[in-house]
Amino acid sequence: MIVELGKYAVPVLSAWAISLALIVALVVQTLAASARARRDLERVEPPRKTQQESRRG
Amino acid sequence: MSLWEYANPVKFMRLSGAVLPWVTAAAAVTLVGGLIWGFSVPEDYKQGATVKIMFLHVPAAMMAINIWVMMLVTSLIWLIRRHHVSALAARAAAPVGAVMTVIALVTGAVWGQPMWGTWWEWDPRLTSFLILFLFYLGYMALWAAIENPDSAADLTGVLCLVGSVFALLSRYAVNFWNQGLHQGATISVAPGDRISSVYSYPLYTCMAGFFLLFLALLLVRTRTEIRRRRTAALLAREVRG
Repeated sequence: MIVELGKYAVPVLSAWAISLALIVALVVQTLAASARARRDLERVEPPRKTQQESRRG
Repeated sequence: MSLWEYANPVKFMRLSGAVLPWVTAAAAVTLVGGLIWGFSVPEDYKQGATVKIMFLHVPAAMMAINIWVMMLVTSLIWLIRRHHVSALAARAAAPVGAVMTVIALVTGAVWGQPMWGTWWEWDPRLTSFLILFLFYLGYMALWAAIENPDSAADLTGVLCLVGSVFALLSRYAVNFWNQGLHQGATISVAPGDRISSVYSYPLYTCMAGFFLLFLALLLVRTRTEIRRRRTAALLAREVRG
């Protein structure tokens, strides 16, 4: 697929690059914060075993 | 079963954990598909290739306003019914809304330069959108500045009510004042000029993709806020002995 952008290549590509970079940064920040919060919580409150795990000992 | 049951953090975590993989998969497929479709549309006879910017600008602007409205609803639930999950959901949504506002402002400026001959104009819609962005920043700063989470939720809830004026203004400014540069709604049920289906279908797909992306991020971020709150509560209990 070849997309012709003509004389507007710079504005189109810069708008797309900035937007996609912002979306990727937001997703990465969200996942990193989520992993950190999960780790912090597990440090003070280890995850409880499920009933099946408890039966297995 | 009542909707309010999900204001219970344990039930919210259970439900959100179950739906999150599906929402994430739907967001990824819809967003990637919509963006590829939008990037490959033919040039518009007036705007040329800059029409491709619309597939980012319109969904981002739509989400910037709607996320604030969602924050307004959850803030009202907090202020009226004191459900902690709703206050945390409002807090979790704010950074996503701020990023959507930046995308709308930047893509609008980049599109405006070749089409209007200017990056920026103190047009009613553009100005109210800039103020909406400042409200997003103020909202996040206020949450970060106040130590007591309930007081922070109260004050940010009130700020959200005030900011809603600008969220609505940025949506309807074009209808209130006609002197602005910004054109009217891209999608409308009113009779008149309609966007061609060549552009409208990928645009609808991008809008759905942005909405699903927001939903997935909102669920992850709200779960993060609940875990942080739980960690803080357990640590405080340990300190008290």
